[in-house]
Amino acid sequence: MPLVEMEVNGKKMSSNVEERQLLVHFLRDDLNLTGTHVGCDTSQCGSCVIHIDGHAVKSCSMLAIQANNASITTIEGLANEDQLHPVQEAFKENHGLQCGFCTPGMIMAAVDLIKRKPVLNEKIVREELEGNLCRCTGYQNIVKSILAAAEKVQA
Amino acid sequence: MYQFNYIKAKSVEEASIALSNNPEAKILAGGMTLIPTMKQRLASPEQLIDIRQIEELKFIKLESNNIIVGSVSNHFEVYDSKVIKEHLPALSRLAENIGDPHVRNMGTIGGSISNNDPTADYPAACLGLGAIIKTSKREIKAEEFFVDLFETSLEEDEIVTQVSFPIIKSSCYMKFPNPASRYAMAGVFISKSDKEIRVAVTGAGENGVFRWKEMENALSNDWSVSSADSVKISSDGIMSDIHGNSDYRANLVNVMATRAVENLVNEH
Repeated sequence: MPLVEMEVNGKKMSSNVEERQLLVHFLRDDLNLTGTHVGCDTSQCGSCVIHIDGHAVKSCSMLAIQANNASITTIEGLANEDQLHPVQEAFKENHGLQCGFCTPGMIMAAVDLIKRKPVLNEKIVREELEGNLCRCTGYQNIVKSILAAAEKVQA
Repeated sequence: MYQFNYIKAKSVEEASIALSNNPEAKILAGGMTLIPTMKQRLASPEQLIDIRQIEELKFIKLESNNIIVGSVSNHFEVYDSKVIKEHLPALSRLAENIGDPHVRNMGTIGGSISNNDPTADYPAACLGLGAIIKTSKREIKAEEFFVDLFETSLEEDEIVTQVSFPIIKSSCYMKFPNPASRYAMAGVFISKSDKEIRVAVTGAGENGVFRWKEMENALSNDWSVSSADSVKISSDGIMSDIHGNSDYRANLVNVMATRAVENLVNEH
């Protein structure tokens, strides 16, 4: 099996992977980073969103081997020890989740969004959440959380 | 997913050789169609040749009166490109509305046109602007490149390397996205240069993207919203599926075309 090398949440690692292994399965099954979820098998739900070299991508639609030499951040890599990331904090404060299944993907998408577009409004947030499905909240509090986080990051 | 082997090509030459050595191999660019298709076991290539990180294919540049986009440029890069925003804003906006942000960070222009999905956006821009598609072997006009559903004039061992779009300031793309997938239910790309008016339709044709000649003629005779509004496309040859029947889609084509002309008339 080919060898891949990556930096995952700041730590360098290497491992042998099967060519057909999806990145999300590599993260979950081999690295035990089970915060990244698999919510569908059609690449639509976005609960597997992670950052590769600073950009949000769906880890279910990418092979582990494609991420060779990449720098990866998963939901586990956002908080600074006990200090939650401002977006995580905003989801907590604004009740931005119910069952929590979509939340890792939502938060990773939101972090990427706030970085790309620091000035947000509700319309932009809803458009940008196109690739992330939530079946509980009706998105109300997710949108609220992201707007609150963006404001905090701006301040 | 079925087992396959994987190679990462360092150059177009290396990818071309690997592709001609194995008729069961497929090129992997962003993978936003290929990997989901393989996950569903609807495709089972024996080998994937990854070209996403070939440096010579990753560029966007202005050259005389053309914008040239390297084939592994992703949708976000096309949207975000300063040169494209300035000279071909319609192309930037088209890229901005493909799929979702995560897909835009991976999916590539070369992958999109090589796949020639009948509901993809880029084929409309290529045909609507009269782009030239450069491959590892030759240059192909957009008219000759898109052949039928998921079919192009690419040979088995040919790889798209760049797409050259003529700069036509007066151009506009209007699409009615499928509310779930964001693929076009109907998308109309119109450009008006000193030479000609082109109207390309995606998302609707049973044989994929096509030029709508009646609309081109009507607009060449009379460039106005009422002229656009007076031409109605026949529903013969328009796709019919669970998302909408051919009459509904034909109407969407009419509406998108009129909106595009409205937009262009108001802009200038």
